Amino acid sequence: MDTSTPSAGPLRTLGLAGRSVTPLAVTFVITLIAYTLLQRAHADYPSIVLTVAGINIIMAVSLNVVNGFTGQFSLGHAGFMAIGAYTAAKIMLGLHHSQIVGLSPFISDQIFFFFALVCGMVTAAVAGLLVGMPSLRLRGDYLAIVTLGFNEIIRVIIENTPFLGQATGLSGLPRITTLVWVYMGVVATVMAARRLAESTHGRALLAIREDEVAAEAMGVDTTGYKVRAFVIASAFAGLAGGLLVHQIQLCTPRSFTFIRSIEVVAMVVLGGMGSVTGSILAALILSVGVEILRSVQEFRMVVYSLLLIVLMLTRPAGIFGTRELWDLLPRPFGRRRASPAGGTP
Amino acid sequence: MTTPVLEAKKVTMQFGGLKALVDFDLTLLPGELVGMIGPNGAGKTTAFNAITGVYPPSSGDVLVSGARVNGQRPYQICIAGIARTFQNIRLFKQLTALDNVRVACHHGRQAGFTAAFLRTAGFLADEARIARRAEEFLAVMGLADKRDALARNLPYGEQRRLEIARALATGPKLLCLDEPAAGMNASEKVALMDLIQKIRDQFGLAILVIEHDMRVVMGVSERMVVLDHGVTIARGSPQEIRANPKVIEAYLGDSYLEEKHMQVPVEAP
Repeated sequence: MDTSTPSAGPLRTLGLAGRSVTPLAVTFVITLIAYTLLQRAHADYPSIVLTVAGINIIMAVSLNVVNGFTGQFSLGHAGFMAIGAYTAAKIMLGLHHSQIVGLSPFISDQIFFFFALVCGMVTAAVAGLLVGMPSLRLRGDYLAIVTLGFNEIIRVIIENTPFLGQATGLSGLPRITTLVWVYMGVVATVMAARRLAESTHGRALLAIREDEVAAEAMGVDTTGYKVRAFVIASAFAGLAGGLLVHQIQLCTPRSFTFIRSIEVVAMVVLGGMGSVTGSILAALILSVGVEILRSVQEFRMVVYSLLLIVLMLTRPAGIFGTRELWDLLPRPFGRRRASPAGGTP
Repeated sequence: MTTPVLEAKKVTMQFGGLKALVDFDLTLLPGELVGMIGPNGAGKTTAFNAITGVYPPSSGDVLVSGARVNGQRPYQICIAGIARTFQNIRLFKQLTALDNVRVACHHGRQAGFTAAFLRTAGFLADEARIARRAEEFLAVMGLADKRDALARNLPYGEQRRLEIARALATGPKLLCLDEPAAGMNASEKVALMDLIQKIRDQFGLAILVIEHDMRVVMGVSERMVVLDHGVTIARGSPQEIRANPKVIEAYLGDSYLEEKHMQVPVEAP
């Protein structure tokens, strides 16, 4: 089973690295083409809708790691988004007028932006660790209330901190988020979530969702794993926040109220707890749906709510339940069990 | 002189004013098969919970291979070498049989979190090793062909066996089975007890079994402990237990003893 030739290890690692880079590279090329075409056609509107949908996908897929995989009910995802957003915004505002020597302003801005996004992820992850450690001892409704409270605390702190622009927020941000950036983020988030799900760490999370007492008795450090899931989800929420504020060029606390947290929870529940493809589809449906419904302004929220009610009545476990898209497709397209451990190398 | 796998010394569990377990002593050597019996509410499951860390004991000590473990979290005690099954089956219902067992192999991993995201060769080797190990234990319990079935869709007897496979996969030195034969018919019980003996011989484990059905558990155990109202009322070989008036009293009441002209020995204060 194991390849024993000495060169096999590094070669295999190289191949694996390829498997990590290829999806990102393909997305880069495709979205770059799409972006250029949309720019040429001056089709700003579809471009904005797709960007917002992408940001929502990042939010939904990352929240799914906590709510879907691990079965913990977090209602504070927008709080972590805010932390990532303000970190990235502050860094970009600070670096906006500088330039890396020897590089064009465009390239240098892109590098700054990457740096800002990574910093946003790190601060959001640290916040996730600090919030997660004490609160993940709670379960169900209690955890939901604590995370909701955290969301509000973050908002109130921002509204009262002059450094962060208080209620007016930070304006004058460069418009640097593009389709390309957002979908690179989407692919990174989805890959992280899928790889986690297919690893022993992911199975530990699923075990916690299924039966916490049994998981603990089988050698899973349940508290540790809940905190880890929380940290990972927070990091990607921070990424989504950084992307959002450089799309709307404004960073205000109003973008990160608990209403947004609830929207993300709705996407996760609608797609199916634990289903990554379900979250993607639900985020697309809800973000694009809201835009389509703009033509019936007054009834928009009514139709939105009705859609949710009907879907929950007909498919209580969400669109895909705990399964993934390919589990439901007919044979030739479907792939049952794609775990790397199952097959031969 | 071998170190005992498990030493419970004067373990007491107190819930408010209720003493569910009083001065519980138990020593298990490697490879021993011990049965624990007692009427309903005697404190058998409480003893299990105290040993496996679900509740920390109110007083007393639990030692696993000579190391004190009381106060440790259940997952740490599991890694120290005690695995258990549950009275009312607690499988990961939405996961496949294979994944249920793979979860139990979790603590043997070498590759960390980042390795999983990067899919390093070390991580894949780890996953392959875990899968192989899980399949082995499924095969031992005769569930090899059920690997892709969801745990909740398995018939009752197979769920029980899957739970044992999952417990075995944690690599324990002591396996605690909480009423593994509950809800089974007579022939299934006999088959299960044969299997338990086979597991013990194959893996060289110590096994502690809680069982209601006296006949079944007496057939396999070398030694027995009898609990009643949290107190250890008897210990010894199955033959001794069978003849012990205190055990008969606990199970059948004292009118039965009078009928048979037997007497409960009065304990020295």
